[in-house]
Amino acid sequence: MNLTPDDIDAIWLTLRLATTVTLLLLVLATPIAWWLAKTQSWLKIPIGALVALPLVLPPTVLGFYLLVFMGPNGPIGEFTQALGLGTLPFTFSGLVLASMVYSLPFVVQPIQNAIESIGDRPIEVAATLGAGPFDRFFSVVLPLAKPGFITATILGFAHTVGEFGIVLMMGGSIPQETRVVSIQIYDHVEALQYANAHLLAAIMLCFSFIVLLGLYGFQRKRSGVGLHYGG
Amino acid sequence: MTCLMKVYSGWFAAMLGVLISYDALAESAHVAVAANFRQSMQALVTELEKDSNHKYILSFGSSGKFYGQILHGAPYDLFFSADAVKPKAIANRGLAVSESRFTYATGRLVLLSSRMELAEPARDILTRGTFNKLAIANPKFAPYGVATLEVLEFLDRYEITKSKWVLGENIAQAYQFVDSGNAELGFVALSQVIHQKKYAGVFWLIPDSWHKPIEQQAIMLNKAKNNAAALALINFIKSNKGQNILTNYGYLTPENY
Repeated sequence: MNLTPDDIDAIWLTLRLATTVTLLLLVLATPIAWWLAKTQSWLKIPIGALVALPLVLPPTVLGFYLLVFMGPNGPIGEFTQALGLGTLPFTFSGLVLASMVYSLPFVVQPIQNAIESIGDRPIEVAATLGAGPFDRFFSVVLPLAKPGFITATILGFAHTVGEFGIVLMMGGSIPQETRVVSIQIYDHVEALQYANAHLLAAIMLCFSFIVLLGLYGFQRKRSGVGLHYGG
Repeated sequence: MTCLMKVYSGWFAAMLGVLISYDALAESAHVAVAANFRQSMQALVTELEKDSNHKYILSFGSSGKFYGQILHGAPYDLFFSADAVKPKAIANRGLAVSESRFTYATGRLVLLSSRMELAEPARDILTRGTFNKLAIANPKFAPYGVATLEVLEFLDRYEITKSKWVLGENIAQAYQFVDSGNAELGFVALSQVIHQKKYAGVFWLIPDSWHKPIEQQAIMLNKAKNNAAALALINFIKSNKGQNILTNYGYLTPENY
């Protein structure tokens, strides 16, 4: 039993989607995480809750709203049509946007926790030594919060790879565009091609286990050698 | 006093008898129904429940999923597939009562357009290719999707439209893609749109000679052998009243069973 060309397409697509989403999310999530870690505003609680929503919402809720909002009569759909981009459902860009919503908390929260655990002191010291805001971020915050960023990258990537419900609702199972591995497995099962489904499912299982193994191994090592045990 | 007691006990026994017989008449059946047959099955069951005390628990989805679930012991009494292959396979595996397998309906395909404001027939939109997406049921496993491909082949529109296909996991999702406006065209089941006022007269009924018949079969699973409710539903579908309901939803029905 070998992977079919469609299976290989699905694997590449999934990796492409997860990479794109993770990179975009790191850029988007860092300022959000920074703001959530530092702000004294009353908005911290509602915005924090908003960011965490995809953790608890069923994918059907997200998929349904995104399909409606991104459709031709929805606000996002009207906006993208006005830009001449057409509508987003059934496109790779649409999946990227949906996955960014879906994986947002998995990227924001580790970074936020890391920034919070640094505290204000190192940043203030850097400031008194004459470091500008960008210098302070890139030379002080980024190295100190590196474990948080690595955790965020791994979780964001893995969670996007494991996405299913939203893609099922707004993907349309288009080869090389929206038919990711989880959908391909579902299609195999529906078509009663259990051998193909087994193979892809086993690959997903191994991948997920190795990712988590790496993540936990990394976190354990950090906490072992770090100054603050358990931090 | 004893006389009164006798009256009471007699009355009690009579009540008990009524309760028991009522209980024996009222059974429930769990029915797995292919997505295209949703509206029709609901209409059938509503009508049937008026005349009997049977209760029906309906589950809707793709035939492929139900097939897989039944192989793995799903507790359904009846299975209404969108094709003939799956009920046959279930019977061959000894999971169902072979003799109970029958064709309950033959499906019809329509082309639906979500751009009703254009007042342009769906057929012209397909011919001219002026649409963003064409929603179809996934032909890898959905019988309506298979028929759709045959129609596209017949019209010589297979290759030219291929890049615009969006695949629904069943005919209900294909319909939902069009209905939500996300796909401007879609091949759906006649039964889904026939009673939708907003689509009255705007869909294009595909001549059934352009594709192989979408023969839909049902079968009774072993667990339902002595289930009066399951039997009642099958008999009702085969009755004139049941046949009229199916015709009303746009299905072709077998002349005789």
